[in-house]
Amino acid sequence: MARMKFLCDADRCIECNACVTACKNEHDVPWGINRRRVITLNDGKLGERSISMACMHCEDAPCAAVCPVDCFYRTEDGVVLHSKDMCIGCGYCFYACPFGAPQYPQVGNFGSRGKMDKCTFCAGGPEEDSTADEYRKYGRNRLAEGKLPLCAEMCSTKSLLAGDGEMIAQIYRERVRQRGYGSGAWGWRTAYRSDIAV
Amino acid sequence: MLIRQGGRTRRFLGTINAAATPDSTVDRRTFLRRSGFAAGGLGAFAALSIGMVTRSEAVPGPAPGEATERRKNVCTHCSVGCTVIAEVQNGVWTGQEPAWDSPINRGSHCAKGAAIREIVQGERRLKYPMKLVNGRWQRIGWDQAIEEIGDKLQTLREESGADSVFWLGSAKFTNEAAYLMRKLAAFWGTNSIDHQARICHSTTVAGVANTWGYGAQTNSYNDLRNSKTMIIMGGNPAEAHPISMQHILAGKEINRANVIVIDPRFTRTAAHATMYVRLRPGTDIPVLMGIMWHVVRNGWEDTEFLNQRVYGMDQVREVIERYPPEEVERISGVKGDQLRRVAELLATQKPATLIWCMGQTQKTVGTANVRASCLALLLTGNVGKPGTGANIFRGHTNVQGATDLGLDVTSLPLYYGLTEVAWKHWARVWEVDYEWLESRFDEVPAKVGRKPRSRRENMETPGITSTRWFDAVTMPEDVIDQATRIRGMVVMGHGGNTVPRIPDAVRGVEALDVLVVVDPHPTSFASMSARKDNFYLLPACTSLEMHGSRTASNRSLQWGEQIVQPAFESKNDYEIMYLLARKLGFADLMFKNIKVENNVPVAEDILREINRGGWSTGYCGQSPERLKAHMRNQDKFDIVTLRAPKDDPEVGGDYYGLPWPCWGKPELRHPGSAILYNTDLHVMDGGSPFRARFGLVRDGETLLAEDSFTAGSELTDGYPEFTVGVLKKLGWDADLRPEELEIIQRIGGDEIERVSWAVDLSGGIQRVCLQHGVMHYGNGKARAVAWNLPDPIPVHREPIYSPSVELVGKYPTRPDERQFRMPNNGFSIQKAAIERNTARQFPLILSSGRLVEYEGGGEETRSNRWLAELQQEMFIEINPADAGERGIRDGQWVWVYGPESQSKARMRALVTDRVGRGVAWMPFHFAGFYQGADLRGRYPQGADPIVLGESANTITTYGYDPVTNMHEGKVTLCQIEAATS
Repeated sequence: MARMKFLCDADRCIECNACVTACKNEHDVPWGINRRRVITLNDGKLGERSISMACMHCEDAPCAAVCPVDCFYRTEDGVVLHSKDMCIGCGYCFYACPFGAPQYPQVGNFGSRGKMDKCTFCAGGPEEDSTADEYRKYGRNRLAEGKLPLCAEMCSTKSLLAGDGEMIAQIYRERVRQRGYGSGAWGWRTAYRSDIAV
Repeated sequence: MLIRQGGRTRRFLGTINAAATPDSTVDRRTFLRRSGFAAGGLGAFAALSIGMVTRSEAVPGPAPGEATERRKNVCTHCSVGCTVIAEVQNGVWTGQEPAWDSPINRGSHCAKGAAIREIVQGERRLKYPMKLVNGRWQRIGWDQAIEEIGDKLQTLREESGADSVFWLGSAKFTNEAAYLMRKLAAFWGTNSIDHQARICHSTTVAGVANTWGYGAQTNSYNDLRNSKTMIIMGGNPAEAHPISMQHILAGKEINRANVIVIDPRFTRTAAHATMYVRLRPGTDIPVLMGIMWHVVRNGWEDTEFLNQRVYGMDQVREVIERYPPEEVERISGVKGDQLRRVAELLATQKPATLIWCMGQTQKTVGTANVRASCLALLLTGNVGKPGTGANIFRGHTNVQGATDLGLDVTSLPLYYGLTEVAWKHWARVWEVDYEWLESRFDEVPAKVGRKPRSRRENMETPGITSTRWFDAVTMPEDVIDQATRIRGMVVMGHGGNTVPRIPDAVRGVEALDVLVVVDPHPTSFASMSARKDNFYLLPACTSLEMHGSRTASNRSLQWGEQIVQPAFESKNDYEIMYLLARKLGFADLMFKNIKVENNVPVAEDILREINRGGWSTGYCGQSPERLKAHMRNQDKFDIVTLRAPKDDPEVGGDYYGLPWPCWGKPELRHPGSAILYNTDLHVMDGGSPFRARFGLVRDGETLLAEDSFTAGSELTDGYPEFTVGVLKKLGWDADLRPEELEIIQRIGGDEIERVSWAVDLSGGIQRVCLQHGVMHYGNGKARAVAWNLPDPIPVHREPIYSPSVELVGKYPTRPDERQFRMPNNGFSIQKAAIERNTARQFPLILSSGRLVEYEGGGEETRSNRWLAELQQEMFIEINPADAGERGIRDGQWVWVYGPESQSKARMRALVTDRVGRGVAWMPFHFAGFYQGADLRGRYPQGADPIVLGESANTITTYGYDPVTNMHEGKVTLCQIEAATS
C-alpha cells in the first residue's frame, strides 16, 4: 500500500499560490479557511524562499494524540482524516499541530469555533466516497477517483509533489542530483521522522 | 511528546502570524493579515470583511453520478497559453482538471489559472445590459441597448464625423473577435482603434520589427529549456508568467544555466536567479550599452554572425564607446565589474537569451530600450538558434493575436499598414469596394497651419492611441489633428485604470457625449467618474464561454472550445459586434463571407477569412481544422522542440499551435515556425532568415545577407523579397499553377510583375518559393541602425520626471513633436519639472508592476473570490531607510503624492528591502478608490469587485514613446507621507 506524503521543493516554489486557489476551487473552501498556504521566508531579501504548506499527514499525528473526542483516523494510504460529525471545535489539534494546519470557521471561545477543517489530501472524509454529503463536509475525493491532490497536480513549477512517499522522494533525489543543490525536504523530519538522503 | 510539539507550535505560530523569521521583514500577505484581514489560524478566524464573501450556494459542486464532459479552452490571463480542462455536468462547469497533455503548461497553473472557474461561475459579473439614468444604473434589454447606442453613434457621426468615436478593443478577445473589431472600425471609417498592446508591448513590436522583420517573441517558453544563459531584464515572470518559470527553472537545473535578473526591484524571480543586478529605474539603455562595452572591449562579439547577417554594427560601436563603466555607474548605479560578468556570460555561455517585459517597454524610451536589447543579442550572435533570442513575454492571453489582427491605430490586420496597397488587399479579401471604404472616412479641414487631409489621406493616417484618448476629448479642437475632438467611445474588454494620469482621464470620461463599455465586468470606467447619463454597460461573456483561437506569446495558436453558455444575459463578442454592425447598417457587407447563426457569427468562418488574407505574417496556414487537430493531439508534441513526430497522421511534423508564420494554404502543411530566423532549418521545417524589408542597399552597403541562407535553399546568398517579377527572373514563374495565375492576374491587372508574396491571395508565390527552399520575404540583414526611428541607435534619455538635474542636462528627452494626431510635449514637461525642482518636493522614484494573483486593471481578478482573498489591499513598497526617515511603520496607512494634477492616493505601506533606497513600487491592478474616496457605490449593485483600492495610475505621469506613444508607466517621482488615519 502506498504511503501518501507531500513534499515541497523550496528551490522551485515561486509563491504563485496556485496550490492555494486550486484547493479553494476544488473543494469550495470558504474565505478565511486556508487548507493550504504559501509561506515566504526572508521576503524581499537575498535568500528569499517560499514553501507551500498544509497538513502533512504525519506519521504519528500529534493532532490525533491530543483530540479529546478521538475524531481523527488514518486511511490505508496513510492520510490523516477526521470526522466533522465528532469534532467539537475545541482547538487542541491546532495547538498540537507543528504545521498550523487545522482551521476553524467561526470566531469565539469555549468550543464555539465550529468544526475543524483541514487538508484531506483530497481524500474526503468518513462518508461514503464521492457523495454529495462527503463533498459538502470535506470537499472532493480525488483519491477515490484515482487522482492525486489538485494543489500538487497544478503546481506551476512542479515544486509541490504529492503521492507515494517513496516515489516523490525519488523524484526529489534525482532533481537534487541533477542540479547539484537542494534545501532539503522541508518538514519531513517533523512529519515523517525521516529525511531524504541524496 | 506533547510538550515538544507545543514548543514547535509556538515557534511556528510565530512564523505564520508575524515576521517569517526573526531577522526578516514580513511578506506582503503576512502584513495584510496583521493589518486586520484574516487568513486562518486560531488568532485569525474567518473574519469576513469588505467583500462580504461567504460560501456560495450558487456555485454547485460536482454532481455524483451525473455525466461529465471535458472541454478544453485556454486560460484568459497571461500570454503563456495554459490549457484549461473544464468538467461540465448538465451545462454547468463543476470541476477543473490538470491539462497534462499540453506541452506548454503540462497540467500546471498559477493562482489565476487554478481559480479560473470562478470567472465564469462567480456572482460579480455584469449580468445584464445597463444604462446610467440620472446617475443610477438601470437594467435594460439588449434590443433597447443596441438601438439607443447605435442611434447615438450615428448622431455623432453625422455631427462630427467617424473619427469622433474612439474604439478600444481587447487583448482578451479571441483572434476572431480582434479581427472583427478591426474590420468594424474600418467599416465605420476610422483608424482610432486600439487595445492593450499599446500599453504593453507596442514598443517591442516597433523596436523588434524594425530590427529584423517581425515584432514578436523569436523563440518560445519551452525553448528556454535549451538556454545556457538567461537574462531577465524588466520582467518578473514568477508573478506575471508563473508557468514560464517551469521552463526557466528546468533550463536552470538541467543546463546549470545562468539566470540573471536585472531589475530595480529584487523580485520573486530574482529570488531564483544566480545573479541579481539592481539598477535605477529608467536606465536600461546605459546598462545594456555598458554590457556591450565589455563585449566589444574583450573581443567577445560573434564576428561571423555580424558579417553575414547584421547591418551597421560599426556605427553602434561608436555609440557604445560613450558608455564606459564609470559613466554607466554614474547613470544607473550599476558597477562595471558586475556588468563585465553579465557581458561575459551573455557572450561566452551560449546559447543565451534576453527576456523582457514592461520594465523595458513601458517607458518614454521603450522602443529604444527594446532596440538596445536586440543589439546586445545581435552583437553576441544570440538570435536564430535554440536557446537564444528575444524572448519577449507578452502580457495578456491574446495580446499577441490582437496585435497581429490589427487592433492598432497604425495598421490593418497582420501588419499590412494603412497604405493604399494594404487597404486594397483587405478590400479584396472582404470583397467590398475600396471606394466604399474610402467614403466612410472623414475629410479633415486645414487647422492652424496644418494641411487638410482628403478622405484617402485620412484613411492612411494613424489614429489616436489608447494612451491619449482623454486628451483628445478634453484638449482644444485646434490641437487635435482630425475633424473634431473625440466625443464618443466604445470600449470592449479594457479597463479604465490602465494608463497614467487618471485625474485627466476622469475629466475625459466626464466630457464624453457617449460611453459604451462592453465587458464581463463593469470595469473601472463604471466607477471612475461622476457621469450621470449616456453611459451603457453591455455584458460580454469571457472567451471561456465561446469558441475561437488565441495566439500565445510564442506565436502558437490554440483553439478554445466553449465551456458553457454565456453566463447571465451576457453575449459573446461576435454577436455583440454583429448586432452593432447590423444597427449601423453594414452587417451584410461585413459578414458577407461569414456565416451567422441566430445573430452569432461562426468563429471558424472568421478564422477562414483571416487565413484568406493573412499572407504577410503567415496566418494563412492555421485553418480551424488544423488547430482543432492540435488540441486533440496535444500529447504528441515534444516539450522542448514543440514538434510532433513526422509520422503522426493528423499533426505529423507540425510545431504545436502552428506558431506564425505558418506559410501557404493549410493544404501545404507548413509546420509553423517555432524559432524565428533559424537558418539551420529548411523553410518547410520552420527555418527562416532575417526579413528583407528595409531595401537592398544603404550607404553603399548591402542590406541582404551574405553567405547565409536557410538549409536546402536553392539561392545561396541574400535575396530580396519575392514578387511575380522576381519569380520570372529566376524562371520559377512556370511553377505557378493556372488557378494561381488567374488570381494573381486579377490582383495585378496590367502589372502582374508587381504582385508580391504578401498580397497574392492564391498563395502561389509562397508555395513556389517554399518548394525551392527559399523564403518569399527575402533573405536580409538585421538592422543595427534603424534609420527611420527617432533614435536610429539607442541613446540614454532621462525619464520625464528624473531625480537628477545634472543627468537631464546631459541626457534630455526628445524634443516636443506631434505624433498620432496629438502633441507630445515631453520635453517641455521635463524642462518645467527641472525648473520647478520637482525632485525636491517628490524625492522618491516610483515604479509599478504586477502581482501574481491579479492581472491588468484587475477588475476581473479582484472579482474572483479565490484571488481576492489572497490580496485584499492596495499597498506601496518602500525601503526601510526611506520609511524610517518618514516615520512610517510597516502596514501603516500612507498618502502617496504625485507631481501632476495635485494627485494623491491612500494605501498601506509595505516596508521592505525588495526596493532599493529612494525607490517605491506599487502594483497597478487596483481601482475603486480615488484619492482616499471609496467609489464602491458607483458600480451596479452586485457587480462591484470584491477588492477595491487606489489605482497606481492616479499618481503616474506624462511621458510618451515617440514611436508608439506608449506611456511612461515605470518611472515617475512621488512623495510618501504617513497618513493620520
